[in-house]
Amino acid sequence: MTVQLHKIAKAYQGNRILADCSYTFAAGGAYILMGDNGSGKSTLFRLAALLEPPDQGEVRYLQGDLTLPPDITLKRRLTMVFPRVGVFSRSVSENVAYGLKIRGLPRDRVREQVARALEEVALSHKTHQPAATLSSGETMRLGLARALAVEPEVLFLDEPTTHIDRANTRLIEDCLLQTLRERALTLILITHDPAQAHRLGGRRLLLQEGRIVEVD
Amino acid sequence: METIFQGLVSAVRLIAGFNPELLGIIFLSLQVSGLALGAASALGLPLAALLALKRFPLRGLLLGLLNTGMGLPPVVVGLLLYLILSRSGPLGFLELLYTPGAMIIAQTILAFPIVTSLSHAAIVGVDPVIRLAAQTLGATPRQEAAAVVREARYGIGAAVIAAFGRVSAEVGAVLMVGGNIAHYTRVMTTAIALETDKGNFDLGIALGIILLTLSLLVTVALRAVQRRGRAPTGVRLWD
Repeated sequence: MTVQLHKIAKAYQGNRILADCSYTFAAGGAYILMGDNGSGKSTLFRLAALLEPPDQGEVRYLQGDLTLPPDITLKRRLTMVFPRVGVFSRSVSENVAYGLKIRGLPRDRVREQVARALEEVALSHKTHQPAATLSSGETMRLGLARALAVEPEVLFLDEPTTHIDRANTRLIEDCLLQTLRERALTLILITHDPAQAHRLGGRRLLLQEGRIVEVD
Repeated sequence: METIFQGLVSAVRLIAGFNPELLGIIFLSLQVSGLALGAASALGLPLAALLALKRFPLRGLLLGLLNTGMGLPPVVVGLLLYLILSRSGPLGFLELLYTPGAMIIAQTILAFPIVTSLSHAAIVGVDPVIRLAAQTLGATPRQEAAAVVREARYGIGAAVIAAFGRVSAEVGAVLMVGGNIAHYTRVMTTAIALETDKGNFDLGIALGIILLTLSLLVTVALRAVQRRGRAPTGVRLWD
Protein backbone atom coordinates (compact mmCIF):
# COMPACT_ATOMS: atom_id res chain seq x y z
CA MET A 1 0.00 0.00 0.00
CA THR A 2 1.42 3.38 -1.05
CA VAL A 3 1.03 6.46 1.15
CA GLN A 4 0.80 9.72 -0.71
CA LEU A 5 0.91 13.13 0.92
CA HIS A 6 -0.49 15.66 -1.48
CA LYS A 7 0.22 19.33 -0.68
CA ILE A 8 -0.73 18.92 2.97
CA ALA A 9 -0.64 21.87 5.35
CA LYS A 10 -1.24 22.07 9.08
CA ALA A 11 -1.16 24.90 11.59
CA TYR A 12 -1.90 24.97 15.31
CA GLN A 13 -3.23 28.24 16.74
CA GLY A 14 -1.91 30.14 13.76
CA ASN A 15 1.53 28.52 14.01
CA ARG A 16 2.28 26.89 10.68
CA ILE A 17 3.81 23.43 11.08
CA LEU A 18 3.52 21.91 7.61
CA ALA A 19 3.09 23.76 4.34
CA ASP A 20 2.52 22.40 0.87
CA CYS A 21 4.13 19.13 1.90
CA SER A 22 4.07 16.37 -0.69
CA TYR A 23 5.75 12.99 -0.75
CA THR A 24 5.00 9.45 -1.84
CA PHE A 25 6.00 6.54 0.39
CA ALA A 26 6.07 3.59 -1.96
CA ALA A 27 4.63 0.24 -0.90
CA GLY A 28 7.17 -1.98 0.81
CA GLY A 29 9.74 0.76 1.32
CA ALA A 30 11.57 1.84 4.45
CA TYR A 31 11.81 5.56 5.15
CA ILE A 32 13.73 7.29 7.88
CA LEU A 33 12.45 10.76 8.67
CA MET A 34 14.74 13.18 10.44
CA GLY A 35 14.51 16.81 11.38
CA ASP A 36 14.98 19.25 14.23
CA ASN A 37 12.74 19.25 17.27
CA GLY A 38 9.56 21.10 16.42
CA SER A 39 10.05 20.67 12.68
CA GLY A 40 6.67 18.92 12.43
CA LYS A 41 7.68 15.25 12.18
CA SER A 42 5.14 14.02 14.71
CA THR A 43 2.43 16.22 13.20
CA LEU A 44 3.24 14.76 9.80
CA PHE A 45 2.90 11.28 11.29
CA ARG A 46 -0.48 11.99 12.85
CA LEU A 47 -1.78 13.32 9.53
CA ALA A 48 -0.26 10.48 7.51
CA ALA A 49 -1.64 7.87 9.93
CA LEU A 50 -5.10 9.41 9.55
CA LEU A 51 -5.33 10.35 13.22
CA GLU A 52 -6.27 13.90 12.29
CA PRO A 53 -7.05 15.67 9.02
CA PRO A 54 -4.77 18.23 7.36
CA ASP A 55 -5.96 21.85 7.06
CA GLN A 56 -5.24 21.66 3.36
CA GLY A 57 -4.23 18.96 0.92
CA GLU A 58 -4.87 15.25 1.12
CA VAL A 59 -3.42 12.06 2.54
CA ARG A 60 -4.08 9.26 0.08
CA TYR A 61 -3.66 5.53 0.49
CA LEU A 62 -3.26 3.84 -2.85
CA GLN A 63 -3.66 0.20 -3.80
CA GLY A 64 -2.45 0.11 -7.40
CA ASP A 65 -4.47 2.83 -9.11
CA LEU A 66 -7.21 2.75 -6.53
CA THR A 67 -7.45 5.41 -3.82
CA LEU A 68 -8.78 3.75 -0.67
CA PRO A 69 -11.46 5.48 1.40
CA PRO A 70 -10.19 6.58 4.86
CA ASP A 71 -12.54 4.29 6.79
CA ILE A 72 -11.96 1.86 9.65
CA THR A 73 -11.02 -0.91 7.19
CA LEU A 74 -8.13 1.19 5.90
CA LYS A 75 -7.18 2.41 9.38
CA ARG A 76 -6.83 -1.21 10.47
CA ARG A 77 -4.22 -1.79 7.77
CA LEU A 78 -1.82 0.71 9.31
CA THR A 79 -0.59 1.41 12.80
CA MET A 80 1.63 3.77 14.70
CA VAL A 81 3.81 3.59 17.81
CA PHE A 82 4.36 6.81 19.74
CA PRO A 83 7.41 7.62 21.88
CA ARG A 84 5.08 7.23 24.87
CA VAL A 85 3.64 3.76 24.53
CA GLY A 86 0.23 3.85 26.17
CA VAL A 87 0.19 0.42 27.75
CA PHE A 88 -3.13 -0.88 29.01
CA SER A 89 -3.17 -1.93 32.66
CA ARG A 90 -3.27 -5.59 31.72
CA SER A 91 -0.68 -8.28 31.16
CA VAL A 92 1.91 -8.10 28.40
CA SER A 93 0.06 -10.71 26.31
CA GLU A 94 -3.31 -8.99 26.77
CA ASN A 95 -1.77 -5.77 25.52
CA VAL A 96 -0.55 -7.48 22.37
CA ALA A 97 -3.88 -9.28 21.96
CA TYR A 98 -5.90 -6.04 22.10
CA GLY A 99 -5.65 -5.10 18.42
CA LEU A 100 -6.46 -8.67 17.38
CA LYS A 101 -9.44 -9.04 19.70
CA ILE A 102 -11.08 -5.82 18.51
CA ARG A 103 -10.80 -7.22 14.98
CA GLY A 104 -12.80 -10.22 16.13
CA LEU A 105 -10.09 -12.79 15.37
CA PRO A 106 -10.64 -16.31 16.71
CA ARG A 107 -8.97 -17.11 20.03
CA ASP A 108 -6.49 -19.60 18.57
CA ARG A 109 -5.24 -17.13 16.02
CA VAL A 110 -4.97 -14.39 18.62
CA ARG A 111 -2.86 -16.67 20.82
CA GLU A 112 -0.66 -17.63 17.89
CA GLN A 113 -0.06 -14.07 16.68
CA VAL A 114 0.56 -12.79 20.21
CA ALA A 115 3.17 -15.49 20.80
CA ARG A 116 4.87 -14.72 17.49
CA ALA A 117 4.90 -10.95 18.07
CA LEU A 118 6.35 -11.35 21.57
CA GLU A 119 9.00 -13.66 20.21
CA GLU A 120 9.93 -11.10 17.55
CA VAL A 121 10.69 -8.50 20.23
CA ALA A 122 12.24 -11.03 22.65
CA LEU A 123 9.55 -10.58 25.30
CA SER A 124 8.18 -14.14 25.39
CA HIS A 125 9.49 -14.60 28.93
CA LYS A 126 7.32 -11.70 30.15
CA THR A 127 4.06 -12.88 28.58
CA HIS A 128 2.01 -12.97 31.78
CA GLN A 129 3.67 -10.08 33.58
CA PRO A 130 1.67 -6.86 34.15
CA ALA A 131 2.68 -4.55 31.31
CA ALA A 132 3.14 -1.60 33.65
CA THR A 133 6.01 -3.38 35.42
CA LEU A 134 8.20 -3.44 32.29
CA SER A 135 11.24 -1.19 31.94
CA SER A 136 11.08 1.65 29.41
CA GLY A 137 13.01 -0.36 26.83
CA GLU A 138 10.77 -3.36 27.29
CA THR A 139 7.72 -1.09 27.12
CA MET A 140 8.83 0.17 23.75
CA ARG A 141 9.39 -3.41 22.59
CA LEU A 142 5.88 -4.21 23.81
CA GLY A 143 4.56 -1.25 21.79
CA LEU A 144 6.32 -2.65 18.74
CA ALA A 145 4.99 -6.18 19.36
CA ARG A 146 1.47 -4.80 19.74
CA ALA A 147 1.83 -3.01 16.43
CA LEU A 148 3.39 -5.97 14.58
CA ALA A 149 0.76 -8.39 15.92
CA VAL A 150 -1.97 -6.73 13.86
CA GLU A 151 0.17 -7.32 10.75
CA PRO A 152 0.04 -3.75 9.43
CA GLU A 153 0.86 -2.91 5.85
CA VAL A 154 2.13 0.52 6.92
CA LEU A 155 3.95 1.04 10.22
CA PHE A 156 4.74 4.48 11.62
CA LEU A 157 7.33 4.54 14.40
CA ASP A 158 7.88 7.85 16.14
CA GLU A 159 11.31 7.88 17.80
CA PRO A 160 11.17 4.29 19.03
CA THR A 161 14.67 4.30 20.52
CA THR A 162 15.21 7.85 21.72
CA HIS A 163 14.81 7.14 25.42
CA ILE A 164 16.13 3.60 25.69
CA ASP A 165 19.48 1.93 26.16
CA ARG A 166 21.73 0.44 23.51
CA ALA A 167 20.72 -3.21 24.12
CA ASN A 168 17.02 -2.44 23.69
CA THR A 169 17.77 -0.25 20.69
CA ARG A 170 19.64 -3.12 19.07
CA LEU A 171 16.75 -5.53 19.77
CA ILE A 172 14.28 -3.14 18.17
CA GLU A 173 16.46 -2.52 15.14
CA ASP A 174 17.05 -6.27 14.63
CA CYS A 175 13.32 -6.86 14.87
CA LEU A 176 12.62 -4.12 12.31
CA LEU A 177 15.25 -5.43 9.91
CA GLN A 178 13.85 -8.94 10.18
CA THR A 179 10.28 -7.65 9.69
CA LEU A 180 11.32 -5.71 6.61
CA ARG A 181 12.94 -8.85 5.18
CA GLU A 182 9.97 -11.09 5.89
CA ARG A 183 6.92 -8.92 5.38
CA ALA A 184 5.54 -6.61 2.72
CA LEU A 185 5.59 -3.63 5.04
CA THR A 186 5.97 0.08 4.44
CA LEU A 187 8.00 1.41 7.35
CA ILE A 188 8.22 5.10 8.15
CA LEU A 189 10.39 5.86 11.15
CA ILE A 190 11.35 9.08 12.89
CA THR A 191 14.79 9.25 14.47
CA HIS A 192 17.39 11.79 15.51
CA ASP A 193 20.16 9.24 15.13
CA PRO A 194 21.84 9.31 11.68
CA ALA A 195 23.71 6.08 12.56
CA GLN A 196 20.39 4.35 13.16
CA ALA A 197 19.16 5.58 9.79
CA HIS A 198 22.28 4.05 8.27
CA ARG A 199 21.81 0.75 10.14
CA LEU A 200 18.20 0.41 9.07
CA GLY A 201 19.16 1.24 5.52
CA GLY A 202 16.01 3.00 4.47
CA ARG A 203 15.60 6.09 2.36
CA ARG A 204 16.61 9.10 4.41
CA LEU A 205 14.31 12.09 4.46
CA LEU A 206 14.59 15.44 6.15
CA LEU A 207 11.67 17.57 7.23
CA GLN A 208 12.61 21.20 7.04
CA GLU A 209 10.48 24.32 6.83
CA GLY A 210 7.38 22.20 6.67
CA ARG A 211 8.46 20.17 3.65
CA ILE A 212 10.08 16.78 3.08
CA VAL A 213 13.38 16.67 1.25
CA GLU A 214 15.37 13.58 0.34
CA VAL A 215 18.83 13.41 1.86
CA ASP A 216 20.25 10.87 -0.55
CA MET B 1 -23.69 3.99 81.24
CA GLU B 2 -25.54 0.94 82.53
CA THR B 3 -28.17 1.33 79.82
CA ILE B 4 -25.50 1.36 77.13
CA PHE B 5 -23.81 -1.72 78.62
CA GLN B 6 -27.12 -3.62 78.93
CA GLY B 7 -28.06 -2.52 75.43
CA LEU B 8 -24.76 -3.81 74.09
CA VAL B 9 -25.15 -7.19 75.79
CA SER B 10 -28.72 -7.58 74.49
CA ALA B 11 -27.62 -6.44 71.05
CA VAL B 12 -24.88 -9.07 70.90
CA ARG B 13 -27.47 -11.69 71.93
CA LEU B 14 -29.82 -10.54 69.16
CA ILE B 15 -27.06 -10.73 66.56
CA ALA B 16 -25.67 -14.05 67.79
CA GLY B 17 -29.17 -15.54 67.96
CA PHE B 18 -29.95 -14.47 64.36
CA ASN B 19 -33.05 -12.60 65.54
CA PRO B 20 -35.60 -12.86 62.68
CA GLU B 21 -36.73 -9.23 62.97
CA LEU B 22 -33.14 -8.05 62.87
CA LEU B 23 -32.36 -10.25 59.86
CA GLY B 24 -35.47 -9.03 58.06
CA ILE B 25 -34.46 -5.40 58.52
CA ILE B 26 -30.88 -6.07 57.39
CA PHE B 27 -32.06 -7.99 54.33
CA LEU B 28 -34.49 -5.22 53.29
CA SER B 29 -31.80 -2.56 53.82
CA LEU B 30 -29.33 -4.38 51.63
CA GLN B 31 -32.00 -5.08 49.02
CA VAL B 32 -33.11 -1.44 48.81
CA SER B 33 -29.57 -0.02 48.75
CA GLY B 34 -28.34 -2.72 46.37
CA LEU B 35 -31.11 -2.14 43.85
CA ALA B 36 -30.75 1.63 44.14
CA LEU B 37 -27.04 1.31 43.51
CA GLY B 38 -27.67 -0.96 40.52
CA ALA B 39 -30.10 1.55 39.02
CA ALA B 40 -27.80 4.51 39.74
CA SER B 41 -24.85 2.68 38.16
CA ALA B 42 -26.85 1.60 35.10
CA LEU B 43 -27.82 5.22 34.47
CA GLY B 44 -24.72 6.95 35.80
CA LEU B 45 -21.86 4.99 34.24
CA PRO B 46 -22.86 5.53 30.57
CA LEU B 47 -23.51 9.20 31.34
CA ALA B 48 -20.11 9.50 33.04
CA ALA B 49 -18.41 7.98 29.98
CA LEU B 50 -20.34 10.28 27.65
CA LEU B 51 -19.43 13.37 29.68
CA ALA B 52 -15.78 12.34 29.85
CA LEU B 53 -15.27 11.34 26.23
CA LYS B 54 -17.58 13.58 24.19
CA ARG B 55 -17.92 17.32 23.85
CA PHE B 56 -21.50 18.54 23.48
CA PRO B 57 -23.54 21.63 24.39
CA LEU B 58 -24.55 22.05 28.06
CA ARG B 59 -21.96 19.50 29.12
CA GLY B 60 -20.44 21.91 31.63
CA LEU B 61 -23.85 22.73 33.10
CA LEU B 62 -24.66 19.04 33.45
CA LEU B 63 -21.34 18.41 35.22
CA GLY B 64 -22.00 21.34 37.55
CA LEU B 65 -25.45 19.97 38.40
CA LEU B 66 -24.04 16.51 39.08
CA ASN B 67 -21.33 17.88 41.33
CA THR B 68 -23.95 19.87 43.23
CA GLY B 69 -26.10 16.74 43.42
CA MET B 70 -23.35 14.94 45.34
CA GLY B 71 -24.25 17.04 48.36
CA LEU B 72 -28.00 16.73 47.89
CA PRO B 73 -29.70 16.81 51.34
CA PRO B 74 -31.61 13.52 51.75
CA VAL B 75 -34.57 15.24 53.45
CA VAL B 76 -34.99 17.52 50.43
CA VAL B 77 -35.01 14.46 48.15
CA GLY B 78 -37.52 12.85 50.53
CA LEU B 79 -39.74 15.93 50.50
CA LEU B 80 -39.73 16.30 46.71
CA LEU B 81 -40.30 12.62 46.13
CA TYR B 82 -43.08 12.63 48.73
CA LEU B 83 -44.83 15.48 46.89
CA ILE B 84 -44.43 13.72 43.53
CA LEU B 85 -45.57 10.30 44.77
CA SER B 86 -48.32 11.40 47.18
CA ARG B 87 -51.89 10.75 46.11
CA SER B 88 -52.35 14.32 44.81
CA GLY B 89 -48.88 14.41 43.18
CA PRO B 90 -48.14 13.93 39.47
CA LEU B 91 -47.08 10.28 39.96
CA GLY B 92 -49.58 9.50 42.73
CA PHE B 93 -51.39 7.04 40.48
CA LEU B 94 -48.40 4.70 40.73
CA GLU B 95 -49.19 4.22 44.44
CA LEU B 96 -45.54 3.95 45.29
CA LEU B 97 -45.51 6.07 48.44
CA TYR B 98 -44.68 4.04 51.56
CA THR B 99 -43.38 1.12 49.52
CA PRO B 100 -39.83 -0.23 49.13
CA GLY B 101 -40.09 1.00 45.51
CA ALA B 102 -40.25 4.62 46.68
CA MET B 103 -37.24 4.03 48.93
CA ILE B 104 -35.27 2.58 46.02
CA ILE B 105 -36.12 5.64 43.89
CA ALA B 106 -35.05 7.98 46.72
CA GLN B 107 -31.73 6.20 47.19
CA THR B 108 -31.17 6.04 43.41
CA ILE B 109 -31.55 9.83 43.25
CA LEU B 110 -28.98 10.18 46.03
CA ALA B 111 -26.53 7.65 44.57
CA PHE B 112 -26.77 8.76 40.93
CA PRO B 113 -24.75 12.02 41.17
CA ILE B 114 -22.08 10.33 43.29
CA VAL B 115 -21.63 7.40 40.89
CA THR B 116 -21.69 9.68 37.85
CA SER B 117 -19.44 12.49 39.11
CA LEU B 118 -16.77 10.26 40.64
CA SER B 119 -16.78 7.89 37.64
CA HIS B 120 -16.48 10.88 35.32
CA ALA B 121 -13.45 12.07 37.29
CA ALA B 122 -11.92 8.58 37.07
CA ILE B 123 -12.43 8.36 33.29
CA VAL B 124 -11.12 11.89 32.69
CA GLY B 125 -8.04 10.95 34.73
CA VAL B 126 -7.03 8.19 32.31
CA ASP B 127 -3.90 9.19 30.37
CA PRO B 128 -4.89 10.39 26.85
CA VAL B 129 -2.23 8.11 25.30
CA ILE B 130 -4.42 5.13 26.20
CA ARG B 131 -7.13 6.37 23.86
CA LEU B 132 -4.55 7.14 21.20
CA ALA B 133 -3.04 3.66 21.57
CA ALA B 134 -6.46 2.06 21.08
CA GLN B 135 -7.06 4.30 18.06
CA THR B 136 -3.75 3.43 16.40
CA LEU B 137 -4.46 -0.27 16.93
CA GLY B 138 -7.65 0.02 14.91
CA ALA B 139 -10.32 0.58 17.55
CA THR B 140 -13.66 2.01 16.50
CA PRO B 141 -14.82 5.06 18.54
CA ARG B 142 -16.91 2.72 20.71
CA GLN B 143 -13.96 0.36 21.29
CA GLU B 144 -11.77 3.36 22.11
CA ALA B 145 -14.28 4.49 24.74
CA ALA B 146 -14.45 0.96 26.17
CA ALA B 147 -10.64 0.83 26.44
CA VAL B 148 -10.56 4.13 28.34
CA VAL B 149 -13.43 3.14 30.66
CA ARG B 150 -11.69 -0.14 31.38
CA GLU B 151 -8.55 1.72 32.42
CA ALA B 152 -10.69 3.72 34.87
CA ARG B 153 -12.21 0.58 36.42
CA TYR B 154 -10.69 1.01 39.87
CA GLY B 155 -11.86 4.61 40.10
CA ILE B 156 -15.32 3.56 38.93
CA GLY B 157 -15.37 0.77 41.53
CA ALA B 158 -14.46 3.30 44.20
CA ALA B 159 -17.29 5.58 43.00
CA VAL B 160 -19.84 2.77 43.30
CA ILE B 161 -18.60 1.81 46.77
CA ALA B 162 -18.69 5.44 47.93
CA ALA B 163 -22.28 5.75 46.71
CA PHE B 164 -23.23 2.55 48.54
CA GLY B 165 -21.73 3.97 51.74
CA ARG B 166 -23.84 7.11 51.35
CA VAL B 167 -27.19 5.46 50.61
CA SER B 168 -26.92 2.63 53.12
CA ALA B 169 -26.35 5.13 55.95
CA GLU B 170 -29.05 7.53 54.80
CA VAL B 171 -32.18 8.00 56.92
CA GLY B 172 -34.09 11.18 55.93
CA ALA B 173 -35.34 10.29 52.45
CA VAL B 174 -36.25 6.64 53.13
CA LEU B 175 -38.09 7.60 56.31
CA MET B 176 -40.20 10.19 54.47
CA VAL B 177 -41.13 8.08 51.45
CA GLY B 178 -40.97 4.64 53.08
CA GLY B 179 -42.86 5.43 56.26
CA ASN B 180 -40.85 3.00 58.40
CA ILE B 181 -43.56 0.32 58.27
CA ALA B 182 -42.60 -2.82 60.22
CA HIS B 183 -41.71 -5.84 58.05
CA TYR B 184 -42.31 -3.78 54.88
CA THR B 185 -40.30 -0.55 54.65
CA ARG B 186 -38.31 -0.60 57.86
CA VAL B 187 -34.58 -0.48 57.15
CA MET B 188 -31.61 -0.28 59.50
CA THR B 189 -31.39 3.51 59.73
CA THR B 190 -35.11 4.13 60.18
CA ALA B 191 -35.36 1.27 62.69
CA ILE B 192 -32.53 2.76 64.78
CA ALA B 193 -34.32 6.12 64.85
CA LEU B 194 -37.63 4.50 65.84
CA GLU B 195 -36.23 2.14 68.49
CA THR B 196 -34.30 5.01 70.08
CA ASP B 197 -37.53 7.03 70.26
CA LYS B 198 -39.25 4.07 71.94
CA GLY B 199 -36.39 3.62 74.39
CA ASN B 200 -35.79 0.12 73.01
CA PHE B 201 -32.04 0.35 72.79
CA ASP B 202 -31.29 -3.38 72.30
CA LEU B 203 -32.44 -3.55 68.70
CA GLY B 204 -31.16 -0.03 68.02
CA ILE B 205 -27.66 -0.85 69.23
CA ALA B 206 -27.66 -4.20 67.42
CA LEU B 207 -28.58 -2.45 64.17
CA GLY B 208 -26.02 0.25 64.94
CA ILE B 209 -23.31 -2.41 65.25
CA ILE B 210 -24.37 -3.97 61.95
CA LEU B 211 -24.45 -0.57 60.24
CA LEU B 212 -21.02 0.33 61.60
CA THR B 213 -19.67 -3.04 60.46
CA LEU B 214 -21.15 -2.42 57.02
CA SER B 215 -19.59 1.03 56.98
CA LEU B 216 -16.25 -0.48 57.98
CA LEU B 217 -16.53 -3.07 55.21
CA VAL B 218 -17.31 -0.33 52.70
CA THR B 219 -14.25 1.63 53.83
CA VAL B 220 -12.03 -1.46 53.64
CA ALA B 221 -13.36 -2.26 50.15
CA LEU B 222 -12.82 1.33 49.05
CA ARG B 223 -9.23 1.32 50.29
CA ALA B 224 -8.57 -2.03 48.65
CA VAL B 225 -9.91 -0.79 45.33
CA GLN B 226 -7.95 2.46 45.58
CA ARG B 227 -4.77 0.54 46.44
CA ARG B 228 -5.21 -1.70 43.40
CA GLY B 229 -5.75 1.39 41.28
CA ARG B 230 -2.50 2.89 42.56
CA ALA B 231 -0.53 -0.29 41.80
CA PRO B 232 1.62 -0.03 38.67
CA THR B 233 -0.92 0.32 35.90
CA GLY B 234 -1.49 2.41 32.84
CA VAL B 235 1.44 4.21 31.35
CA ARG B 236 5.07 3.91 32.22
CA LEU B 237 7.33 6.40 30.58
CA TRP B 238 10.89 6.06 31.61
CA ASP B 239 12.63 4.22 34.43
